[in-house]
Amino acid sequence: MSRPAPRAGRNQRPLPPIGRYALRVAALVAALGLWQLLTGLDVDLWLRFSQFPTVTDVAHAFAERLSGPDYWTDLTDSLTRILTGFLLAAVLGVAVGVLVARSRLAEDLLGPILEVVRPIPAIALVPVAILLFPSNEQGVVFITFTAAFFPVLVSTRHAVRALTPVWEEAVLTMGGGRWRILGSVVLPGALPGIFGGLSVGIGVSWICVISAEMISGQYGVGYRTWQDYTIVNYPGVFVGMVTIGVLGWLTSTAVELLGRRLTRWLPRTSYVPGARPAAPRTLAPARPAPTAAHTDQPSGAEEARDEHLV
Amino acid sequence: MSTWSDTRPDLRTVDKAPSPVRGTRLTFHAATLGRPDAPVLAGVDLDIRPGEIVTVVGPSGCGKSTLLRTLAGLLPPLAGEISQDGQSLAGPSAERALVFQEDALLPWRTLRANVELPLAIRGVPRTERRTQAETWLARVGLAEQVRQLPHRVSGGQRQRAQLARALAGTPLAVLMDEPFGALDAQNRAGMQDLLVQVLQGTGATVVFVTHDVDEALFLGDRVALLGAGRLIAVRDVPRPRDRAAHDDPTRIALRREVLTSLGS
Repeated sequence: MSRPAPRAGRNQRPLPPIGRYALRVAALVAALGLWQLLTGLDVDLWLRFSQFPTVTDVAHAFAERLSGPDYWTDLTDSLTRILTGFLLAAVLGVAVGVLVARSRLAEDLLGPILEVVRPIPAIALVPVAILLFPSNEQGVVFITFTAAFFPVLVSTRHAVRALTPVWEEAVLTMGGGRWRILGSVVLPGALPGIFGGLSVGIGVSWICVISAEMISGQYGVGYRTWQDYTIVNYPGVFVGMVTIGVLGWLTSTAVELLGRRLTRWLPRTSYVPGARPAAPRTLAPARPAPTAAHTDQPSGAEEARDEHLV
Repeated sequence: MSTWSDTRPDLRTVDKAPSPVRGTRLTFHAATLGRPDAPVLAGVDLDIRPGEIVTVVGPSGCGKSTLLRTLAGLLPPLAGEISQDGQSLAGPSAERALVFQEDALLPWRTLRANVELPLAIRGVPRTERRTQAETWLARVGLAEQVRQLPHRVSGGQRQRAQLARALAGTPLAVLMDEPFGALDAQNRAGMQDLLVQVLQGTGATVVFVTHDVDEALFLGDRVALLGAGRLIAVRDVPRPRDRAAHDDPTRIALRREVLTSLGS
């Protein structure tokens, strides 16, 4: 509050991108510092940090793991499982979502089954997976698939139902058929909603792939983390957790970026809320009003994108 | 927002436009129109001749849009028959293009990609449809905006792009549902002139719905009056599409008659 003028009101200048990244790194370093402090001093104030591995313990364990062959096998195994399950869920979730939203017959036939299966947590399907599939590998992929399938399905269904009817009518009066409407109206129009489901789906997929690996996997980050826990190797457990965190973050960022790229046509508000300037590309030193951002935006980026969606 | 005079279409391109196509005859035989649970128009008998412009006026909610959507094939008639050149209508077709009241451009496509869509549906090769789309956009004065997304241009420009999209498919009939309803008066007059200009040479039959009596009398060869759940009358318009005709005594008499029937 005692800060001087620069951060207040309409004259506020957004931080340059470097500054924002520095801020993020600083936040991460501060969190690690706090962890090191609490565990290094063996703080025991109701919450007990005395048994906790310190950051340096974990870092050493991490370095050791990185040099061994198991870590990379675990990593590729987990990634293969999640990508297979997630891609299957994305394709089938979108397909079934569109089908249920557009066809009354499909809605009547599939709707009740889907609604009954949906509330079952994917991880509770472990017994089913074990009974159903010849190998654990396929079981883990199945559980990952189920986890992501429902968020994708539900958001696709909603997005397709919420499409503006005139778009479809316009294509109909141009002589477009069923497939043309699917490809030119339904899929591109529902894409923003579908990506909402994919973002949720990739997160749930990680939760389930790790849990499934802990229960029934061979190799994989979840399996390794559980193994370390059973032999009371706490730094190893934390290495596993950090790995899961980083992988989860990377994959959901990838989904997010892809989504933003494919839905850049969405009209965005030119209003920039006070604390978080959305458009760091400010060339003019003094901007008269936030609404000017609308015309400032580079048009080249938007113009080039008409090839993305057929 | 640009005014009309900034963006007058390049007249040279008009001559290179696709060769004239004949219009189509659209006929209502004792038709009842509306949604199954809510019929809005009954006993409609109307013969729209090939190549003519019929404007449809009536108070809001009288079924103007319903009439147009039925002609487009989006709504089946509840009773009676609607035919195109003697053949009963069976669903929507590229022969009858519809220009909508609100934004019907696909927002993820640039203006050019929107205009290319009907050409793609007709199977026009990619490079060919690109040049055709650009020609049509130039004809409606949007040569500069071909690569813009619909939400980046003004409302009037979006409606012009919609017009280009409708005409690019070389339809036999163009059905227009209050296309200029959301525009201000100045833009509106410019759009009417533009419409008259771009329709020349296409030979397309036009059914134009509006709630603006002056617009109806300027554009239409004939004006159809709707009200009270039926087609009240169809009148020939003296000197259609002539800006100087607004003080023609017969035009003034017709205008008064139309206003009176709408008021009742």
